[in-house]
Amino acid sequence: MTGILHVVEHHLMVYRRTWKGSMFVSFASPVLFLAAIGIGLGSLIASGPVRTVGGVSYLTFLAPGLLAATAMQTAFVETTYPVMAKIQWLRTYDGMLATPLTVRDVLGGEIGWLVIRLATTAFAFFFVMLLFGTVHTVASLLTIPVVVLNGLAFGAPIFAFTATQRKDKGFPTIGRFIITPLFLLGGVFFPIQQLPQLAQGIAWATPLAHSVVLSRSLAIGGANPSALIDLAVLAAYATLGIIAASITLPRRLVR
Amino acid sequence: MATSPTAPDALIHARGLTKRFDRLVAVDAIDFDVQRGEAFGFLGPNGAGKTSTMRMIGCVSSPSGGELRVLGLDPVLDGPRIRARLGVVPQADTLDMELRVDENLLTYARYFDIPRDVARARTQELLEFVQLKDRARDEVEPLSGGMKRRLTIARALVNDPGLLLLDEPTTGLDPQARHLVWDRLYRLKQRGVTIVLTTHYMDEAEQLCDRLVVMGQGEDRCLRVAAQPDRSLLDPRGARTPLSD
Repeated sequence: MTGILHVVEHHLMVYRRTWKGSMFVSFASPVLFLAAIGIGLGSLIASGPVRTVGGVSYLTFLAPGLLAATAMQTAFVETTYPVMAKIQWLRTYDGMLATPLTVRDVLGGEIGWLVIRLATTAFAFFFVMLLFGTVHTVASLLTIPVVVLNGLAFGAPIFAFTATQRKDKGFPTIGRFIITPLFLLGGVFFPIQQLPQLAQGIAWATPLAHSVVLSRSLAIGGANPSALIDLAVLAAYATLGIIAASITLPRRLVR
Repeated sequence: MATSPTAPDALIHARGLTKRFDRLVAVDAIDFDVQRGEAFGFLGPNGAGKTSTMRMIGCVSSPSGGELRVLGLDPVLDGPRIRARLGVVPQADTLDMELRVDENLLTYARYFDIPRDVARARTQELLEFVQLKDRARDEVEPLSGGMKRRLTIARALVNDPGLLLLDEPTTGLDPQARHLVWDRLYRLKQRGVTIVLTTHYMDEAEQLCDRLVVMGQGEDRCLRVAAQPDRSLLDPRGARTPLSD
């Protein structure tokens, strides 16, 4: 356990030098999206025949979904190139493994750090939601742990994949064929029921749709009969991802 | 794992030590003992299995066969305990480019669970020892190859190890930088640190090693380097100068 903490501590030492830029992005990105799409596009919807989406303003509908998508993207960014760099470009992990630290400590520390990063970006996003007036209930704070779990549901499997890669050409593929389509079609910008049946099925097989629905119901209020299933899907992806990474990372680092 | 008869003081004991990667035999049943306080070398060309041997001693790679004891312990079962007492200078620098020179040592000390204040004091001492004190707050990237190597050596000493492993410590360095690294290693040896190194330079082996194994060509032999009455180093200009204390 102390080994895991020392790996997290290493991240904190590096982050101490980069936090300003990273925090700026964490605040600026939701401000831009909520202003441009939530308010800009939202005003068109408000003046149109539908006026609301799911009974609330488009901004209020959009914000929790975007929060979940942000966690997905943060996880994708944190578990691809930076991990590849530590495995083979900078060999940071090799340096760590020459000390009493074990591969298990390294993986635990990386997952721990991912959780911290996901939580800080989610808090920043939530703060922006407060500023935009889209937070109405105390229960909406629960969206933060939900989207952190969503980030793990993407981050842990991608980490496991990264540990098997010798080149970085797989990462843009994940971005193009998984992250971006899910961002656009996973229920963030419009209810998933608008999609053709097949696309709906694909979306429900991924963590994002579940975490969008879950965080939206927590933020807006109202019943979500499938909440436990949504949570179970997220937990299953995260758990299987961690199990996969605990197989692929030692295979890669201990030869 | 049974222990065969050996000098009780051996820090490393290997019999029939073998490493295979699929069908490739990287290390083919070598025997050696490293005694406390000596400088021991593995000399051989690239691909002779030097790095594989070092990785097995460093407990980051499991032997495929044979017997290996490091500090009297089994590297497979006691990896973390052994590594806590080793210093490792890998072939490729694994320095943290995102951190400053002193932060590289501080964060590394924490991996050994060394308290922060002790780590800070140790960082100062070590930067002085490897002559990088004035670069303490600099970025790592612009440092020269020789400086990076010295920083890696300082990092390997952060836990005050009794056994220091160096994989090709001076490959790629200019003569002056090599000389400086040799000088620091010689000082460590005088302080009683046991040194195990790999090299493909005969002169490096001659300068630093008391004994060495010649690896490669399938006939590994353990040689005793002739006693060197006048321990001296070739300086970059080719003149022999006695080593300082």
